[in-house]
Amino acid sequence: MPGSNHIAIIGNGIAGTTAARHLRKLDSRARITLISAETEHFFSRTALMYVYMGHMRYKEIKPYEDWFWKKNRIDLVFDYVEFIDPGEKSLHLRAGGKMSFDKLLIATGSVTNTPPWQGTDLDKVQGLYSWQDLEELEHHTEPWGQKQIQTTHAVIIGGGLIGVELAEMLRTRHIDVTILVRESRYWGNVLPEEEARMVESEIEQHGVQVLTNCNVEALEGDEEGKVEAVLLDDGERIECDLVGITTGVKPNVEFLKGSGIEIEKGILVNEFLQTNIPDIYSAGDCAQVRNPVKGHLPIEPIWYTGRMMGEVAARNLAGKKEKYLPGPWFNSAKFFHIEYQNYGRVPTEENGEILFFTWQSWQQGKLLKVAFQKTDNKLLGINLFGIRMRHENFDRWLRQELSVQEVLSRLLEADFETEFEPRFYREIVDSFNEQFGESVKLRNRRGKFKLAFWR
Amino acid sequence: MKTTLIQKAGAGIFGLSLAVLLISLFLGNYSLDEQQFRQVVTNEDHRALLEPELDELFSKKYSTTFPFAADYSDALNGVNDRLKSEEKWNAVIHKNYSLDLAKKAASGVVAENSLLFFLIAFVLGTLGALLFIFPRWWTKHPGIKNDGTFFRNQTNRGWQGVMVALLLIGFYIVLYQQPEHLTNWVLMLDPLSFAIKNTAADQWFLYGFLYTMAISIMAVRMALRYQHNRYQLIRTASVTFFQVSFAFLIPQILALLNQPAYDLKSIWPLEYTFFFEYRIDEYIQSGTIGIFMLGWGIALILIGVPLFTYIYGKRWYCSWVCGCGGLAETAGDPYRHLSDKSLKAWKIERWLVHGVLVFAVVMTAMALYTYFSGQSSILGLSSFEVRSWYGFLIGFIFAGAVGTGFYPLMGNRVWCRFGCPLAAYIGIIQRFKSRFRITTNGGQCISCGNCSTYCEMGIDVRWYAQRGQNVVRASCVGCGICAAVCPRGVLRLENKEEEGRINSDPILIGRDGARLSPDLSG
Repeated sequence: MPGSNHIAIIGNGIAGTTAARHLRKLDSRARITLISAETEHFFSRTALMYVYMGHMRYKEIKPYEDWFWKKNRIDLVFDYVEFIDPGEKSLHLRAGGKMSFDKLLIATGSVTNTPPWQGTDLDKVQGLYSWQDLEELEHHTEPWGQKQIQTTHAVIIGGGLIGVELAEMLRTRHIDVTILVRESRYWGNVLPEEEARMVESEIEQHGVQVLTNCNVEALEGDEEGKVEAVLLDDGERIECDLVGITTGVKPNVEFLKGSGIEIEKGILVNEFLQTNIPDIYSAGDCAQVRNPVKGHLPIEPIWYTGRMMGEVAARNLAGKKEKYLPGPWFNSAKFFHIEYQNYGRVPTEENGEILFFTWQSWQQGKLLKVAFQKTDNKLLGINLFGIRMRHENFDRWLRQELSVQEVLSRLLEADFETEFEPRFYREIVDSFNEQFGESVKLRNRRGKFKLAFWR
Repeated sequence: MKTTLIQKAGAGIFGLSLAVLLISLFLGNYSLDEQQFRQVVTNEDHRALLEPELDELFSKKYSTTFPFAADYSDALNGVNDRLKSEEKWNAVIHKNYSLDLAKKAASGVVAENSLLFFLIAFVLGTLGALLFIFPRWWTKHPGIKNDGTFFRNQTNRGWQGVMVALLLIGFYIVLYQQPEHLTNWVLMLDPLSFAIKNTAADQWFLYGFLYTMAISIMAVRMALRYQHNRYQLIRTASVTFFQVSFAFLIPQILALLNQPAYDLKSIWPLEYTFFFEYRIDEYIQSGTIGIFMLGWGIALILIGVPLFTYIYGKRWYCSWVCGCGGLAETAGDPYRHLSDKSLKAWKIERWLVHGVLVFAVVMTAMALYTYFSGQSSILGLSSFEVRSWYGFLIGFIFAGAVGTGFYPLMGNRVWCRFGCPLAAYIGIIQRFKSRFRITTNGGQCISCGNCSTYCEMGIDVRWYAQRGQNVVRASCVGCGICAAVCPRGVLRLENKEEEGRINSDPILIGRDGARLSPDLSG
């Protein structure tokens, strides 16, 4: 096609797919190729666990029907990119050979960050990130509802989000699970004490053993090469027949070494998500932002960052210069049955400048923690467990730098709880007033038409 | 899931009761004499026509309902054919006496022990079902319980699901077309029917009873399954209450009081016979109560539906009050994920459901024309013919055999989604003039697909959630399951001011800069 503009995207995860969709919207003529070696079509990575648990099938975790791509003229290529030649503006596919591009987006996501222990190459040692990982896990365990023979006790190394997901998955097949946490508490580098304890308790109530302060020394295998134990540095030996490595992920950039594209931990990009090579961009887990905006990290391997970077990358690929400017941080997760929402930044503990206000109901499995600045009471972030609140409000309040008092008085505005569910806002405000000697009043929602009988 | 001993016992008892129920249909003897025949056929003309043809039947003893019914219908068809060939149209016998005759003719173990069979088949069966349900769903860890949904034979269109579908479809066919084969079941319910309304049971009493049992028992399951979710608990209580009282008990009591046995919550055009002349005559003849019922029914159609739908959305009826909805939300809950979420299915749904609405309106208009003018032919079409086609195609095939029978194959809302004309009417109001919507929580969606998967109406909720758009859809019945299964607290059912309800150009919260609504075809 003379004069045609070919934009290739490597990786059909949330970043690559979002970029492709937005690009098509911005440029109806460009030729768009979306390449993946993982699956033919885009699926929701966060939903992998639900496939293993039987809540959904592969079909259900694909956010778009298969005809969508053709209809929007996004060419899908199911192949593995072996290397990129930036000078020639081409990439080399394992099966399909050479493909040239005018612009390229690298959105290859992450791979499991396996620590350098002895024995991680044993059979039945795996991470949980890709579709292939799920297939491997399925291969190592008996189908749902059947007696487990191959795997009866799994050890999960790493107390983070993927670890607890893996634990929940394995429990649905009645496999005994032990989670080894390096810190003194679950997700200790992110969650404050109360939150971590609450999650630990929830995990333990579902029959999972959580061991903290564990440093893994090595993995041991049997004569067939299958893992049979985890060795800790204190000499303890934990027998198991499956090991899940959930110590985190790292950018999937190995194949770029020597390509001339600048890499540190991830692919280095400027605020336009552009690499050191002008027509090559990167987005999502694999990208490392050189000068991230305040409140953000150079590498943020989460769904939301992937999606937002995908949007911005599309604009830049379409020639509309656009900086990647993420707003206030937000995240979410679910720990067995406890939902977690987070807006803004809540550090792991109070310090000289930052104070916490915590309200907790163990019985109800609910917790709210607000972090605020000691000097001016400015809201910094909120952790919510078992409480649903509105993103829009906290996004605005964090930008407006509202005080903790103002935020607490306006909690009802941000209510996102299901109808009829009990609300605890009054107790929360009372508890704040008691703890801090304040007299904050919970404000009613601004005069709304209140015909609904549950209001 | 580990099966406990109690559960196994429950399943065993339930299976036994079901077996007794099914086998009972083939038990007993059927022999009819002239005396019994006259007790059933009170119409002198019918008697005179039929009796001479039934000599053979009177002399025989049948061991099942099948040859009995065959002989009776041979006789009846003979009479009717002769009348038709003589062009004596008004004399043709339309009334179906076969079930009543079979009941009279029945003797044997079930007829003589109807109460005992009632206890074994229904009371023990209920107990078995509850013993099975309780340990399965009672839990120390309330929360979403969808583990294994797509692995289980019963809930993933396996042979067990197909068996349930076949049983249900078969039941509907027999119930509507050849109720005489249900004679022994109806006999079992005679004691209950006499206790409630002092008359014998018929197939519709049987149907109402089974329907109410199905909702009540499966409501227990639903309540246990969603014990952590008050919206689900209250909603389940509501549909159960309306079924037990409004749909089942109150009409029986009204019948006992010689009033029209009217389900006060049934609304035209779902209740498609509402404006048929025999119904209108019945209301008018019943005096004040009848006139009230007529006025109440019309007020519900013209004022109740638009008003409540404006305030609360379609859910006020479809997932809180309606009987079809009640069955779908309780007995149908295990199958909700089987609804088709494709764009194609949505297109078919819109054509079909609105087509049925048009059919219902035309049919009713013709019935009313006939009522007021006395003429049955309109533009060459017989008003009665159109009605009977509607009754057969929509009332029996669509709402019954397919609507319920296809639960394990196409999800629990097949009828509500593709066929219910009332749902179509309420849906139009919900889409264009309502305060109800499902809102999405900023940028928190992770596109996992639980919401779409468990939407019984086949709405691709995720498509809205992942672009931050409110779900405003005609078909949404507001069951609230999408919000319940969402692992990130992204969805919320809301009644709020209309402003901003339809945000077709949404912006996902999370970053600054130039924005674009991610609108691609599809």
